Amino acid sequence: MTAITHHIPDAMLAAYAAGNLPHHFAVAVASHVSLCAHCRAALEAHQAMGGALLEASGSVAVSGSMKADLLAQLDAPATPEPDYTRRGIYPGPVVAALKGQDPKWKTLGMGVRQSILSQDRNGSVRLLYIPGGQAVPDHGHNGLEMTLVLQGSFSDDTGRFGVGDIEIANQDLEHTPIADPGDACICLAATDAPLRFNAFIPRLLQPLFRI
Amino acid sequence: MPETKTEISEQTVWMLAVRDRKDREAFGALFDHFAPRLKGFIMRTGCSGAQAEEIVQDVMLTVWRKASMFDPHRAQVSAWIYQIARNRHIDIIRKESRPVPEELAEDPDAEPDASQILAVEQEAGKLKDALSSLRPEQREMIEKAYLGELTHQEISTQTGLPLGTIKSRIRLGLERLRHELKGLRE
Repeated sequence: MTAITHHIPDAMLAAYAAGNLPHHFAVAVASHVSLCAHCRAALEAHQAMGGALLEASGSVAVSGSMKADLLAQLDAPATPEPDYTRRGIYPGPVVAALKGQDPKWKTLGMGVRQSILSQDRNGSVRLLYIPGGQAVPDHGHNGLEMTLVLQGSFSDDTGRFGVGDIEIANQDLEHTPIADPGDACICLAATDAPLRFNAFIPRLLQPLFRI
Repeated sequence: MPETKTEISEQTVWMLAVRDRKDREAFGALFDHFAPRLKGFIMRTGCSGAQAEEIVQDVMLTVWRKASMFDPHRAQVSAWIYQIARNRHIDIIRKESRPVPEELAEDPDAEPDASQILAVEQEAGKLKDALSSLRPEQREMIEKAYLGELTHQEISTQTGLPLGTIKSRIRLGLERLRHELKGLRE
C-alpha cells in the first residue's frame, strides 16, 4: 500500500471537530481520518485546542442534585450502540452509513455503478464503482465535492489518487478523473450539490439517476 | 524558561483511575472540575441553563462509559472531553448520529509512557498560554470556531494558532499505539 499523499485541509478538520461540517462531508472526513494517521494527529490537535478553550471557559455552577443523580446512574445498564468496524475496504464510518449491510449497487452505464448512502437537500454521500481504465464522465460541480479512494486509484489533471487519498474539488475545477488500469476504483464521494455531468447522461435525466 | 512539569496532572490521574479501576471518587473529582466548565462552555452557544445541564449530564455519563477509549499518550482529558461534548451536543440538538472515526483503543496492559504523557500535557499547557495572550476579539473568533459557529470557509480566513508542535507530539503517541497494536496481533 502506498502512502497517503492527499489530505484534508486544516480548516475543514477544525470545522469537523467543532461539529460544523455538513453531515455528508463529515462521513468523508471521519472515513479519511480512520485511514490516515497524519490527519488523525491534526484532528486531535484541534481537539487539544478545544480542550484548552474548555479549560479556560468561565464556570457556571450546576444544580445541587446533579452530581448525586449522575452517580446514581453510573451502574444503570447502557443500551449498547452498534459497533461498526472496518469491513474489507470499507472503514468504520462507511460501514456505519451502510448500517452494517453490503452496498446496494445501481448501474449507471459503461460499467460505472453507485450506491447512495444518504442524500437530502443539503447534498449526498455515495459509493462509486469505476472499472479500471474507465473515465468518470466529465463533470463540473455546483458546490464542493470530496472523493475518498477506498480501492484502486484514479488520476486527473491535479494528480494521482490512491487508497486513502482524498480529493477536494470546488466548482472551479472541471476535471476528468480516470480510474487507473487494474482493479476497479471504488470511491466514497460526498457533495453538497447535485453533480452536473457534461456528457454521458443528459442533464434532464439527472434527477432520475440522482447523480 | 518556564518551569518543566515533572508530574502528570490530577485530571489525567483521575481519568486513568476511572478508566482502569472504575473509580467513582475519581469520577466525582472529574465532575467537580469539568461539569461547571462544560455548562459555561455549552451556554456560550446560546443554550439555556437547563438544556446545558442536560447535555453536561449526558457528556459525563459518556465519559464514564467510554473511559476505555481515553489514551493520555495522545490527548489531555480536556481535549477528549471537548470532543465528546461537541458530539453529544450535536447528536442531542440535531437528533442524529455524528459520523466518527474508528476508535483506536490502547492495549490495557501496555505500560504507560510517562514522558510522552507529560509531553502532551506540556504542549497543551502552551496552547492554553497562547490563548490567554490573544487579543479579546481574536480569542472570541477562535472560541466561535471551536464551538461550531464558523464554517470551514470562515475558519480558513482566520489566522491559525500554532498547532504544529502538539500535532507532532500526538503523532508520536499514535506511532506508539500502532506499534502496540501490531504487538497484540502477533
